[in-house]
Amino acid sequence: MKILVCISHVPDTTSKINFIDNNTKFDTNGVQFIIGPYDDYALARAVELKESSGATITVINVGLVDTEPTIRKALAIGADDAIRVNAEPTDSFFVASQIAEQAKAGGYDLILMGRESIDYNSGAVHGIVGELLGVPSISPVMKLDIEGNTAKLAREIEGGKEYMEVSLPFVAGCQEPIAEWKIPNMRGIMSARTKPLKVVEPSTVDSGVKLQKFELPPAKGSVKMIPADNVQELVNLLKNEAKVL
Amino acid sequence: MNILVFVESAEGKIKKNSLEAVAFAQAMGGSVTALALGNVEISELEGLGKYGAKKVLHAADEKLNQGVIQAYAAVIAKAFQDENSDVLVLSDSSLGTPVGARVAAKLGASLASNVVELPNTSAGFNVKRSIYTGKAFAHVELTKPKKVIGIKKNAAEVKEVGGNVSVTPYQASLSDADFSTKITSAEKATGDVLLPEANIVVSGGRGMKGPEHWSGIEELAKTLGAATGCSKPVSDMGWRPHHEHVGQTGVKVAPQLYIAIGISGAIQHLAGVNSSKCIVVINKDADAPFFKAADYGIVGDAFDILPKLNEAIKAAK
Ligand SMILES: Cc1cc2nc3c(=O)[nH]c(=O)nc-3n(C[C@H](O)[C@H](O)[C@H](O)COP(=O)(O)OP(=O)(O)OC[C@H]3O[C@@H](n4cnc5c(N)ncnc54)[C@H](O)[C@@H]3O)c2cc1C
Ligand SMILES: Nc1ncnc2c1ncn2[C@@H]1O[C@H](COP(=O)(O)O)[C@@H](O)[C@H]1O
Repeated sequence: MKILVCISHVPDTTSKINFIDNNTKFDTNGVQFIIGPYDDYALARAVELKESSGATITVINVGLVDTEPTIRKALAIGADDAIRVNAEPTDSFFVASQIAEQAKAGGYDLILMGRESIDYNSGAVHGIVGELLGVPSISPVMKLDIEGNTAKLAREIEGGKEYMEVSLPFVAGCQEPIAEWKIPNMRGIMSARTKPLKVVEPSTVDSGVKLQKFELPPAKGSVKMIPADNVQELVNLLKNEAKVL
Repeated sequence: MNILVFVESAEGKIKKNSLEAVAFAQAMGGSVTALALGNVEISELEGLGKYGAKKVLHAADEKLNQGVIQAYAAVIAKAFQDENSDVLVLSDSSLGTPVGARVAAKLGASLASNVVELPNTSAGFNVKRSIYTGKAFAHVELTKPKKVIGIKKNAAEVKEVGGNVSVTPYQASLSDADFSTKITSAEKATGDVLLPEANIVVSGGRGMKGPEHWSGIEELAKTLGAATGCSKPVSDMGWRPHHEHVGQTGVKVAPQLYIAIGISGAIQHLAGVNSSKCIVVINKDADAPFFKAADYGIVGDAFDILPKLNEAIKAAK
């Protein structure tokens, strides 16, 4: 089985978000980058499937050269080789088109990614890749088992889950508890240095989405503290001031 | 401008998020057509007129009773073309978001999800979307003639602006290939208020000490007609089900009121609640970071405060 895992390179979840150049560019100053947390679940499940049934895993990232440490981390966790599409990931359609092109060329049985990236939060790449390849796309997937040519999945719905079956190949957007995040071990880190990382140039796509500017939310006003022995005061404030009761 | 709105339903009833989508489309101006799939009660469909739909299409084929992403995308894209639509509006949900992406790819449309405000069309078609898990916004221009927008919860206020409309049956031409995903069964928390749609959320963290103490949270939620939520460690330890976990890697909520009890307020948790209108924090540690993100705070022991708060709210009702 050949698995393609798509990983985004995103600011660590504790990062403070700032913009520069007149609010048109993300400020990377002091920001640590990680594999997207949902993508990390997808990768972890791929590694488990590899261990149980002998798959090969290719990771793909659409990004400039600064994403290579993140890609190496995925190789250290257990991917066998990597593709970097050398381009700024401007929006979901652009990213998905690049992934679909590589996926077509590689002939994968399974394409796993996160339910959403934590920078753009679009939740769109899996659907677009599925459509471009003409295969099913399922998200958010919280359980995935493969038996021969069939996959059994659980998809989260509002307040519950749906169980389903689908034939390979297909695309899945993953989330917990599909697998536990994996931490690379020393052997993984050593071998990752020499695993193949292929760099390809992007194809041109007009995604029809043009960034104009970024904006930060207004700062939160200060908190009103209420003494612990006066919950009545809280109820009054919620009712008459905040008007939420 | 012709606007098509995909409305979701559950057990025959239109979902509240979808009423927001209809209200959003109506506020955009233009002619609003709503499209519902599968089993939906006729009175629910006719009632969409009240929120601004001029026309309601209903594809009642029983194969559409279950939300198969690929099949839904095919029917919606076909209706978009049949109706000469310019914009598709849907609500961001576990079904709406992945369906919207496929529809956009099928139609060659510009796509934006997590839209938080009405589009600005004074020059081009510009939308404001939430990014970095609620920590920032992006203003983007959608340049293609066809557009698909997914709206975030609370992006529009549901208001009655009209009366009932009649329902037009829609003949979906379904292909077997679109149903290659077979939904075998579903598990649903019924009777409870669903977390992603709730107006009030009562959420507990590790400070609640164990699952046996959740009755206090549940009682307060019941009094308020609220949904219950929790922090990630709480669901990781199995105290509460996974679908209650709020935050960066869980459910993102946007209620009128979020009450956090015994939750420290780690930045990953805040990412899931920062769109709430009003936040109340109850924590025994005055230095808990959550207070910085709160509107109202009480420093104290949850086990002491919870029952008192429940009584005070009961009395106020
Ligand atoms: C990549 C990543 C993603 C993550 N995603 C999420 C996410 O989506 N959601 C999420 O919640 N977390 C997430 N986390 C975890 C997050 O960092 C915190 O560890 C977590 O939110 C802490 O949960 P907590 O506040 O319940 O527990 P704690 O941090 O242990 O806090 C417990 C709080 O309870 C208070 N307390 C104790 N006893 C009482 C009492 N009797 N009465 C009142 N207060 C009391 C304490 O003062 C303390 O503030 C993520 C972490 C990572 C690394
Ligand atoms: N630049 C990228 N390179 C590779 N995969 C990506 C990239 N951006 C997003 N993805 C994948 O697509 C998923 C959904 O992203 P999004 O549609 O942006 O929310 C992510 O969880 C990743 O798995």
